[in-house]
Amino acid sequence: MKHTIHKVMVNYEKEEKWLNEMGAIGMNFIHYTWCTYLFEEGKPGEYIYRIELLKNNARHPESVAYIRFMEELGIECVSTCLSWVYFKKKAADGPFDLFSDYDSKIAHYSRVSKFSAVGFVIVAFWGVYNVILPFVLPGNVISSLNLILGIMDLILAAALAPTYFSYRGKMKKLKADRQLRE
Amino acid sequence: MSDNQERSALTEAVYYILLALHNPMHGYGIMQFIREISKERLNLGAGTLYGALNTLMEKGWIRAVENEWDSRKKEYEITERGKQVVQNELLRLQELLDNGSRIVREDKK
Repeated sequence: MKHTIHKVMVNYEKEEKWLNEMGAIGMNFIHYTWCTYLFEEGKPGEYIYRIELLKNNARHPESVAYIRFMEELGIECVSTCLSWVYFKKKAADGPFDLFSDYDSKIAHYSRVSKFSAVGFVIVAFWGVYNVILPFVLPGNVISSLNLILGIMDLILAAALAPTYFSYRGKMKKLKADRQLRE
Repeated sequence: MSDNQERSALTEAVYYILLALHNPMHGYGIMQFIREISKERLNLGAGTLYGALNTLMEKGWIRAVENEWDSRKKEYEITERGKQVVQNELLRLQELLDNGSRIVREDKK
């Protein structure tokens, strides 16, 4: 049986943790589109899920080659969205991590922090714009809709800011460790 | 790339990938080899492996081999240049080990 869950996740690490927790209770993640997660009931803990932000859009030839390489390793691409890709691997086949050295971990944190920074700027700008608009054009339906949209954007921006700093903090720590260890 | 950089330390992942590819292997084989040879201490990340293989190919330390039976799965093997890099790394590691054990031994006396 399939289940749909609508959820806004701004931190991919929390999203990954959530998908694995769902998997642990037998809710296997099978598809994602714009804040909608589709799950299928299955064996609890059958898969390990990992999320990655690729350098290019998931349909770009380089991304396609990468996803094909993953398939050769027994890693399935569950879903993609923009440059985000959701992978799963059978837990029985051993541990599953995407990055195991400092350089590749740092490169990924750098990508996701840039992504969240760009996202923050867009929603913050859009939020402020929509909140201001009703006062410039008062008294119609469109303006109250703008106000709601604007507030939602500002809430999203407020969630994206700490996410950005969380990525940057982890990246800084990894860079410091890299000075000492491989 | 300068000679100087060519003689600097290899990452653990690169070192083990080069060792693995003394026999032609595909990606899955490399990961299994590294897990086994390191007694499960080192689990190579799939993305890390992909990046390392591409960089090693660009540098000419490894090459892709044509697979007659299954063209979908790409196999890789080490080149002469790659073997030389491993030789240099072994000398460097030997020096680290010799110096380390000598000084630690003297310290214990």
